[in-house]
Amino acid sequence: MIQLEDVTKVYRMGKVEVRALYGVDLTIDDGELVAIMGPSGSGKTTLMNILGCLDIPTSGRYLLDGTDVSRLSDNRLAKIRSRKIGFVFQSFNLVPRTSAVRNVELPLVYAGVRARRNAARLALEQVGLGDRQKHMPNELSGGQQQRVAIARALINDPALLLADEPTGNLDTASSGEILTLLGGLNDAGRTVVIITHEEEVALLAKRVVRMRDGRIVSDQVQRNRMEVTA
Amino acid sequence: MNLREALRIALRGLRANRLRSVLTMLGIIIGVSSVILLVAIGNGVQSSVNEKIQPLANLITIVPSVGNVPGGAAPKDLIDADVAALQDLGLSHHITAVIPATTGKALTETDAFRFRATVVGSTDRWLEVNNQDMAAGSFFDEAQFRSTARVVVLGPSVASYLFGTDPVAALSHTVRINRQTFRVIGVLQSVGEPGDSVAVMPLNTARRYIFGGGDKVNQIIVQATEAAAVPTAEDEVIRTLSERHRIKDSANRDFEVQSLRSRLDTFNQILRILTLFTAAVAAISLFVGAIGVLNIMLVSVTERTREIGIRKAIGATRRAILEQFLIESLVLAGLGGLVGILVGIGLSVLGAAVAPAFGPTFATFAPVVTIPSVVISFGISLAIGLIAGGYPANRAARLRPIEALRFQ
Repeated sequence: MIQLEDVTKVYRMGKVEVRALYGVDLTIDDGELVAIMGPSGSGKTTLMNILGCLDIPTSGRYLLDGTDVSRLSDNRLAKIRSRKIGFVFQSFNLVPRTSAVRNVELPLVYAGVRARRNAARLALEQVGLGDRQKHMPNELSGGQQQRVAIARALINDPALLLADEPTGNLDTASSGEILTLLGGLNDAGRTVVIITHEEEVALLAKRVVRMRDGRIVSDQVQRNRMEVTA
Repeated sequence: MNLREALRIALRGLRANRLRSVLTMLGIIIGVSSVILLVAIGNGVQSSVNEKIQPLANLITIVPSVGNVPGGAAPKDLIDADVAALQDLGLSHHITAVIPATTGKALTETDAFRFRATVVGSTDRWLEVNNQDMAAGSFFDEAQFRSTARVVVLGPSVASYLFGTDPVAALSHTVRINRQTFRVIGVLQSVGEPGDSVAVMPLNTARRYIFGGGDKVNQIIVQATEAAAVPTAEDEVIRTLSERHRIKDSANRDFEVQSLRSRLDTFNQILRILTLFTAAVAAISLFVGAIGVLNIMLVSVTERTREIGIRKAIGATRRAILEQFLIESLVLAGLGGLVGILVGIGLSVLGAAVAPAFGPTFATFAPVVTIPSVVISFGISLAIGLIAGGYPANRAARLRPIEALRFQ
C-alpha cells in the first residue's frame, strides 16, 4: 500500500524557490490501476519521482509498504527502488549495447541475486519476447523495447509498477499492445501507476487522479472503464 | 553486487568503445614499456661493463709520479726492492699477489711484417693477475721467468698482424723485437684494445734485451683478495711505500696508486643516475597516458550520464556505479600496464638479440629487465587507474538519478 501524507516538494534553483507539490495526500491500495494526469508543470513528474523513490519530499510522509521512505539516504533509496519499484519510462531507457535478457537481468544484479538468467528469460517470455533475448536495444522496435522495459520492471516482483508516459513514444498499434500488457498485469494483481497526459490512456485506468499546479484537483473511480482485452 | 558482476559490466563498457579503449591503453602501454626498456638498457650497460671490469676490480696499480714535487726531494723510482717489500706484505690478508712490470713500445718484426707493440716484462703470474686467457700455446712459466728465457707471448692483434688470423700459426716462430730474436710460445685471447697489442716476456728478459738493465720497474700491480679489500690493501701499499721512500707528507708522494674499483664505483653511480633520469623521462609519457585515462573516463561518464540514471533507477547504489567506473579505468590502465610490460620485455629481448649486429663492443650487451621495474611499473599503472578513474567514477556515483535520466 502506498500512502502520501501532506507531501510538498520545493526545488531550489539558485535563489529562486520553485514549489512543485503543495501538500499532496494520496493513498493507493494494492492491486489498483491508477492514472495520474495533468498538463506539463502540474507536478505529476515530481509526484512520480517521489513515488518511485528517485527523490524525497521536502516535507510530509511517504509510506511504501509500511516503511517511511521520505527521509532515507541515497543508498537506502537505491535499495528500495531495487526491491519494491519497477519503472517503465517514456523513452524505454534500456541500457544501450546490452542484450534484452541482460537488461532484464540488471535489477537482479543490483539486488545481489545470483540465479537470474532463467528468471530473465521467463520475464521476457511473459511479455512475448522469448525469441528476442539476445537482441540489442537498437535491434528492437519501440514496442518491443518497451516490453523489454516492462519485463525488467517486473523481474524483482515490485510492490509498485510505475509507468511514466509509457506510450508517449509509440505508434497506436504498439501503444495498444503495451496498454493491454499493463492492464493484464493489473488484472493479475499488480499495483500499477501510469503517469500520462493522454485521455485514451487514462480510459484504461480504474481510478484517475488529476493534478494541476502541484495539487490534486480530482480523484475519481471510473465506472465506465474501457475494457482491455488481448 | 559482487565483483565478478562489476567486472563483467565494466568489460562490456570497454568493449563497447573498443578503439577508444585501445587508444587510451596505448598511452599507458607506451609509457610502461619505455620505462621498462630504458631501465633494462641502463642495467644492461651496467652489467656488461661490470662483467668486463669486475675481475679486474681487485687490482691496484702503482706507478711512479711524473715530474718533481716543487721543493721536495728528488722522486725515487719504483724498484725491485719496493716490489719485494710489497710481496712481504702479501702475508697480510688483503693481498694475494704483487707483480712488477716494465713496459714500453718496441718494434716487433718478422721477415715480412713489422708491428709497434707494447712490450711488457713481468712475472709468470701476469696472466692470472690480469685475468687473461691463452688463445694458443702457453704463458711462460716460473723456470722461464728465472732463466731469463728469450720467449714472448703475443697479444692477438700482434699475432694476427704478423702471422695471420689463426693464433696457432704464430707458435714456435720467432719474432725480432728491438733486433733481438724471441721465440713465440703463446698468443693471448682478445680483451680489446689496447690490451691486444702487447708482447709479454719475463721481466729480466725485457730488461736485458730491450729496455736495458737496472732494477727499475714502471708499474707494480697488486691484486687484493677481493674488490671490497681494495681500500685496505691500498692503505697498506701506501704506508709501505711511503716508509721506504721516506715520505711523511702525502703531498710529496713520488708514486701514484690507482684502482679500477673506485672508478667502477663512480661509473656505476653515474650510470644509475642516468638510468633514473631516462626512466623519469619515460615516466613523463606514462603521466601523459594517465591524463589520457582521466580524459576518457570523464568523457565516458558524461556520455553515459543517462545510462547511469537508468542503472540508478533500477536499483544501482552509489557504490555499484563507483565500482563500475573504477573497475573500467583499472582494467584500462592495468591491462595497458600488463601489455606495456610484455612489450617492454619483448623489446629488451629483441635488443639483446640484435645488439651483436652492432659490432663486438655490443657482443655481450643485453638489456636486463629487473623484477622491481616490472612490479613498480605495474603498480604505477594500477595507481593511475585508481587515481585517474577515481574522480570521474565519483562524479558518476554522485549523479542524482532524476537529473541523470533527464540528460540527453
